[in-house]
Amino acid sequence: MRAGQSGGHGDVIAYLEAQGRKDLLRFITCGSVDDGKSTLIGRLLYESRMLFEDQLAALESDSKKVGTQGGELDFALLVDGLAAEREQGITIDVAYRFFATEKRKYIVADTPGHEQYTRNMVTGASTADLAVILIDARKGVLTQTRRHSYLVSLLGIRRAVVAINKMDLVGYSEQVFRDIEAAYRVFAAQLGLQDIVCIPVSALRGDNIVEAGSGMPWYRGPTLMQHLEIVPVDATLADQPFRLPVQWVNRPNQEFRGFAGRVAAGTLRPGDAVVALPSGNSSRVARIVTAGGDLPAAVAGQSVTVTLEDEIDISRGDLIARAETPAGVADQFESTIVWMAEEPMLQGRPYLLKCGTRTVTASVTSISHKVDVNTLQQLPAKQLELNEIALCQISLDQPLAFDPYSDNRDTGGYILIDRINNNTVAAGLLQRPLRRSSNVQWQSLDINKESRATQKGQKACVVWFTGLSGAGKSTIANLVERKLFGMGRHTYLLDGDNVRHGLNRDLDFSDADRVENIRRVAEVAKLMADAGLIVLVSFISPFRNERRMARGLLPDGEFIEIHVDAPLALAEQRDPKGLYRKARAGEIRNFTGIDSPYEPPEKPELRVDTTAVNAEAAAELVIAQLRNQGIIDREWVFLP
Amino acid sequence: MSRLSHLERLEAESIHIMREVVAECEHPVMLYSIGKDSSVMLHLALKAFHPARPPFPLLHIDTTWKFREMIAFRDETARRLGMDLIVHVNPDGVAMGINPFVHGSAVHTDVMKTQGLKQALDRYNFDAAFGGARRDEEKSRAKERVFSIRSAQHRWDPKRQRPELWQLYNARKNKGESIRVFPLSNWTELDIWQYIYQEKIPIVPLYFARPRPVVERDGALIMVDDERMPLEPGEKPQLRKVRFRTLGCYPLTGAIDSDAETLPGIIEEMLVATTSERQGRVIDRDSGASMEKKKQEGYF
Repeated sequence: MRAGQSGGHGDVIAYLEAQGRKDLLRFITCGSVDDGKSTLIGRLLYESRMLFEDQLAALESDSKKVGTQGGELDFALLVDGLAAEREQGITIDVAYRFFATEKRKYIVADTPGHEQYTRNMVTGASTADLAVILIDARKGVLTQTRRHSYLVSLLGIRRAVVAINKMDLVGYSEQVFRDIEAAYRVFAAQLGLQDIVCIPVSALRGDNIVEAGSGMPWYRGPTLMQHLEIVPVDATLADQPFRLPVQWVNRPNQEFRGFAGRVAAGTLRPGDAVVALPSGNSSRVARIVTAGGDLPAAVAGQSVTVTLEDEIDISRGDLIARAETPAGVADQFESTIVWMAEEPMLQGRPYLLKCGTRTVTASVTSISHKVDVNTLQQLPAKQLELNEIALCQISLDQPLAFDPYSDNRDTGGYILIDRINNNTVAAGLLQRPLRRSSNVQWQSLDINKESRATQKGQKACVVWFTGLSGAGKSTIANLVERKLFGMGRHTYLLDGDNVRHGLNRDLDFSDADRVENIRRVAEVAKLMADAGLIVLVSFISPFRNERRMARGLLPDGEFIEIHVDAPLALAEQRDPKGLYRKARAGEIRNFTGIDSPYEPPEKPELRVDTTAVNAEAAAELVIAQLRNQGIIDREWVFLP
Repeated sequence: MSRLSHLERLEAESIHIMREVVAECEHPVMLYSIGKDSSVMLHLALKAFHPARPPFPLLHIDTTWKFREMIAFRDETARRLGMDLIVHVNPDGVAMGINPFVHGSAVHTDVMKTQGLKQALDRYNFDAAFGGARRDEEKSRAKERVFSIRSAQHRWDPKRQRPELWQLYNARKNKGESIRVFPLSNWTELDIWQYIYQEKIPIVPLYFARPRPVVERDGALIMVDDERMPLEPGEKPQLRKVRFRTLGCYPLTGAIDSDAETLPGIIEEMLVATTSERQGRVIDRDSGASMEKKKQEGYF
């Protein structure tokens, strides 16, 4: 059966037509349970008649059973469920609620105000057009009000409503309201929050939520709902320079090649000159294709498919921009990072960065300062913990087309993803590109790695020995180098202890410095491989992430990971340098295997079981592996 | 027209979500439950990949107790659109003779739906599955992510759900893990009906009121869809003009008395309705936190 027949429902059809023209306002509510946030949201749902009879019946019975309002309707019960969530061990959560009025549809992001507040609020704020900040009239502007407001301004929400709640508990006093409003405006000005409306309300009694109520005749401004109905929804994105992050290349047949994506900013028409970034290839728009027919224009927010007049190379992750107003391209940025994972962020550790539709590898090269969200004080930091926010410098392995976050959330906001467990660990805001990325370019030299290696009659590579202290890495690596040397190969052995005497003398054994230790040695090994050498690296290198980073610096097949595997008990028993004894005695901190973890490789090119073979045999296994991978010839050409 | 209407925004968001999955996952599938939400989801998929066909098959977990009209509609839809359709029935459940009348809704749903779904996802090695669930359906859905990560055993671990910022979805997963994706997360029931009306999307005729044979049980009107329905002593099917607000297994889906024979009629009834949508589903009433529990076990 086909939908859409009318059959004498003129009123409904008129209603549907009107519904179809409604716009959408997304907002976030900020405040903790004590501020009456749940009551406010429950009240909005109730007043906009989004509750059905069965839900109301449940609310009535729950209000009698567990409500805090002496048997009257307790609206907080509609949305709370927080206790149940705690029992289930849920700690991160943003709940989304929906309601509608005559003029608009609304999506409310509700973030419970417990210990994970920053992560939740940043998540909820990222999609919000407006923030409702709750203040308890009895308490005024508190530390948490500052925190909420800072996060609202950080995430680029331009409009805020300050709902000064529980006015019934301060005798509906105008003076109390005016004092809080004045104090808040002073603070908001520091944050650059400009479009602020303060409304005195009682969510519990319903004053100034939908109707004005009788308690505050001195207030002549709009009620909360009235304000939500008229506040402008940003249309400015459509007037900005055109941006289309390419999601997917649509190629149903040889004749059609379309670039699908959601327009992040601006307006596009057929005939417009466009440029693909970062490549810089240019063309003109041929068609804007949708299932409902070609469009005369595409605007910000629409999902479209665009075809171009020329066959230029564009793939997922590229950004199509107006040729006259292209986006910036850079690989180093100043950026704000909100850390969202239990495990700390370490400088130098590589993470995946997803911005728009592009995913690259990125690491934090330095932390300028972190921000105390309660005092806005800037503090020095070496690493970031859960819910910490910092201004950082980041470095990408590939260039990224972008706009500053303040111009566009979709081309200036990104997430960081852990490369081992694939969790989303941070939210980032691109502030500005760093100059040096455009000034320092890799020099293409006439003599390259290949020619240097060929001259030496070999293939360059990095052989990376990892394992516990005392496992036998240095002994085996030393034997391997002697064998290679004997074959006339050109080698160099980078040994952990030796490098720490010079290049890495400034580093200690904290997690952050271990990461930096490996980053430096990996870079040195890469340069030496570029010189055409067979580079042997003998480092404990306890973390998978950094070994993977080192691997990523080299082309496939040129990084050979050797796991020198010895059980902790055996390594500790050997203890050639007496280090385990000192670690056990507490004289050395962060010793791998004792009070710092060792993450064994998942897929090393070779695993040497030192309980089964001696050092000499182990070295032979490594040589055999190098032969198998074609690093050295299978033939023993230098036999006497 | 620089400002989009709320339906245009919802449509663009859903299309964006579907394209992300196709771009980032190896082997996606769309769970097709034949209901109105599935109809909308499928319609959005056709739009998202036009002029190409959606690059994934449809999967229906058939419990063998669906309304006959649903099955006819399913097969006709797949044929009309040229979509690949996979129908999976849990053979263990069939062997055990699972029957909602005998074993109750909880066991029936677990074996035929939850276990059946896991079997199909494993068998075809799907790493991402679209589902039509909406956040407004139920309290426990309000906090569900758009991309919901599941363990190799298909379990939902509340602690492992990822924060979702802006419109950036993280589709990366560890070996064996899969993702359930809900492109309709931000739609409400009214949005769904309005969109069906606006886009003229075909839906199963069971949504429209028509005289149908029903019996009244525990306050619910159950349709006698085939001869497998056991009648209790004295029970006699009566012809009543009814329709269904949600569709599932016929023994578990209550009808409502209605005169709404057209879409505007349905919407008109909905606007004055006084009971919420999931009321018609027997499954939700089994126990207090039943949705939450089922979700953890791998129910959609």
